[in-house]
Amino acid sequence: MIPEIGFAAITVALALACYGTGAGALGAARHRPALVASAQHAAVGIFVLLAVAMLLLVYAFLTFDFSVRYVASNTNRGTPFYYRITALWGALEGSLVLWTWMLAGYTLLVVAFYRWRQREAYPWVLAVLLGIMAFFLLVMTVPASPFQRLDPIPVDGRGLNPLLEDTGMITHPIFLYLGFTGFTVPFAFAMAGLIRGRLDEAWITVTRRWTVLAWYFLSMGLLIGGWWSYHVLGWGGYWAWDPVENAAFMPWLTATAFLHSVMIQERRRMLKVWNLLLIILTFSLTLFGTFLTRSGIIASVHSFTQGTIGAFFLAFIALVLLFSLSLLAWRADRLRGQGELDSLISRESVFHLNNFFHVGVTFTVLLGTVFPLLSEAVRGVKVSVGEPFFNAVSIPIFLALIFLMGVGPMIAWRRASWAGLKRNFLWPVAIGAAGALVFFLLGVRHALALLTLGLVLFVAATMVHDFWRGTRARMRAGRGPVGAMADLALRQNRRYGGFVVHQGVLLVALGITGSQVFSVRTETSLRRGESIEVGRYQVRFEGLEAEEKSNHFLVTGVFTVANDRHVMGRMSPGKKFYPQEQQPIAHVAYRSGWREDFYLVLGDFSRDGQLATVLAMVNPLVSWIWLGGVVITLGTALLVLPGRRRDA
Amino acid sequence: MSWRRLWIPLSVLPLLGLLAYGFRTDPRAVPSPLVGRPAPPFTLTLFDDGALRLDDLRGKVVVLNFWASWCYPACYEEAPVLEEGWRTYQDRGAVIVGIDIQDTEEGARRFIEQFGLTFPNGPDPRGKISIDYGVYGVPETFFIDRQGRIRAKHVGAVTAPLLRERLEALLEEPA
Repeated sequence: MIPEIGFAAITVALALACYGTGAGALGAARHRPALVASAQHAAVGIFVLLAVAMLLLVYAFLTFDFSVRYVASNTNRGTPFYYRITALWGALEGSLVLWTWMLAGYTLLVVAFYRWRQREAYPWVLAVLLGIMAFFLLVMTVPASPFQRLDPIPVDGRGLNPLLEDTGMITHPIFLYLGFTGFTVPFAFAMAGLIRGRLDEAWITVTRRWTVLAWYFLSMGLLIGGWWSYHVLGWGGYWAWDPVENAAFMPWLTATAFLHSVMIQERRRMLKVWNLLLIILTFSLTLFGTFLTRSGIIASVHSFTQGTIGAFFLAFIALVLLFSLSLLAWRADRLRGQGELDSLISRESVFHLNNFFHVGVTFTVLLGTVFPLLSEAVRGVKVSVGEPFFNAVSIPIFLALIFLMGVGPMIAWRRASWAGLKRNFLWPVAIGAAGALVFFLLGVRHALALLTLGLVLFVAATMVHDFWRGTRARMRAGRGPVGAMADLALRQNRRYGGFVVHQGVLLVALGITGSQVFSVRTETSLRRGESIEVGRYQVRFEGLEAEEKSNHFLVTGVFTVANDRHVMGRMSPGKKFYPQEQQPIAHVAYRSGWREDFYLVLGDFSRDGQLATVLAMVNPLVSWIWLGGVVITLGTALLVLPGRRRDA
Repeated sequence: MSWRRLWIPLSVLPLLGLLAYGFRTDPRAVPSPLVGRPAPPFTLTLFDDGALRLDDLRGKVVVLNFWASWCYPACYEEAPVLEEGWRTYQDRGAVIVGIDIQDTEEGARRFIEQFGLTFPNGPDPRGKISIDYGVYGVPETFFIDRQGRIRAKHVGAVTAPLLRERLEALLEEPA
């Protein structure tokens, strides 16, 4: 009975979404407030119905209702309590419920905030949002119903994908989906502007915080995903340019470009078409990501989900792109930018470059991701595109972007003067160069690493320099140093929030450089009592232990670890054997530090516990990546604070 | 809208076309190096006692199906199809053999009982057979001709039309 109620809730929500789209659009076109109000009620209804559906699905999970196919596929009787709840988004069908529910939540916020404030645009925004929800609800009703029954009813379920039994997997999808769905709101405002033909900067200023928050959630989603990969997958890395990762990374890239280019439009009324294109692209890429990973057209690990879902998504992507781009083409006459580029050495031009690079990386990643398909279509040859391609193309571009990160916020609008450049950049350039030299003298000989270190120091110095000058000016006006700093940061929260986010990105860049360039790894077989040395660590194999867990069998290797100064204690990497998996799942053991992580993975072992293979890695600076995430969080908080003064 | 601007929306068509083409391909259908080769021999200890040697089946068409009782939904979808195929084709010289991998005996027996499977079925306790056949996931199915050569490999649930088509083709070949 419960699954039927859930299915009914989704079906009614679909009907409401279809109705609301029509009512909202009609109300907007004919200026009928009553119709718009009725669409608004539909939006509230959808939110409630989806919440009900979600709770019912959770209930089915908690009560092991294996008559529901989604439950049987994603839990078994051994699945621990918390993971029975998070199994909700453990696969496609439930993820769609969560996704659409978030979208409905965002829609309610739009209703709450903009019903009166954005009277003209609001009905169209509502109609677009409801239309998008209608698509997701259609998918949930026809090709991917979370409440589909299973007959005959199995005695026990298949179990959650063991890789998902991890805290990272509790939060990673939430952030990712909040990011993905968040971009729907600016997209809807952009569409509303295009439909109405009112193409001023209003849609950008209105949606600025939405965009920043969506960007933030997506960034955190990516970072948490990396952290999950690092501590669960047991290969010592956090990013592999896998199609699934690329799918989430591409909208992030275009969103980052968008965040920057809207500033140009706000200030100089340039790049109008470009900004619309970027938001259309970002929104389409969020759909494309889901399509790519769920349609089965690109090889991804172990998914037997074939069906019509891919066709639904492709049709919707086609609809979104053709609709929005046709609107854009139709309105192109009204979209002439007003400003123009005065000089190549100006903030505008740096932001143009920033956008060019971000979009460049996006297309590179897109090309690399769909290339296997292209190759099969054109030449009939199956190929796979891997890390070397992506790294070769993207690393130089990322370094250029870091450089621009130092230049952009400091350089003058319109036309920079030589004196201004000298004032802003002399010290930072000197510090960057000196820093690189110091590292060189300390023995760092890796050119790319030195370049990155120099650039990071340069960028950090520009920000410190700028902040210090601002603080000094306020101190001259009689404020104490702390008061002056706080006052500066809060009054110009957009500027300095952006700075803090940039600092977070620098930390991430340092972490990636350190761990990619200076990682040390050894894989070796050890007899019981034998030791190896990795970097400054000694590892001794003490034996094996085994334990029966609720849904798997865990074998751990016991190792005592010491570094050159003291004994660090025991580390116990293991292997988890799940009956439903061909391959055992790694259980990584690692110790994090500011300087480096020490990371152990258990390989093969002999049954008598006398012999084990172990992979030991020293990964410098990895924790700086996660620290970067914390700093980005702080910066975003500062960015979205209601500004005390309206300025950039 | 001036027609010259039509290129803006139309520019996405090639990409959409490529993605649509993607539906016609299967990235998982990596051609197995075993296709065309002699099937690796094995002896299977059956669930209802007795043993089955692949070599003894020479001259018959063999459908080798790797499955597990926890494999939802694919193995559940194909089990009735395989049983139906066995009943239809056993008199014409086809044998369907089920190999249960990575499973508990209890779960496997319940699965066989649930679907009333009558074709020979046995466990692969050490995973030796599945390693010989390069099995990557369940279900996977191999079609072996009368000469004992692997002629096709199928990943995912076997459907009735697919089974019929393959069996008819292989049965028509002379022994």
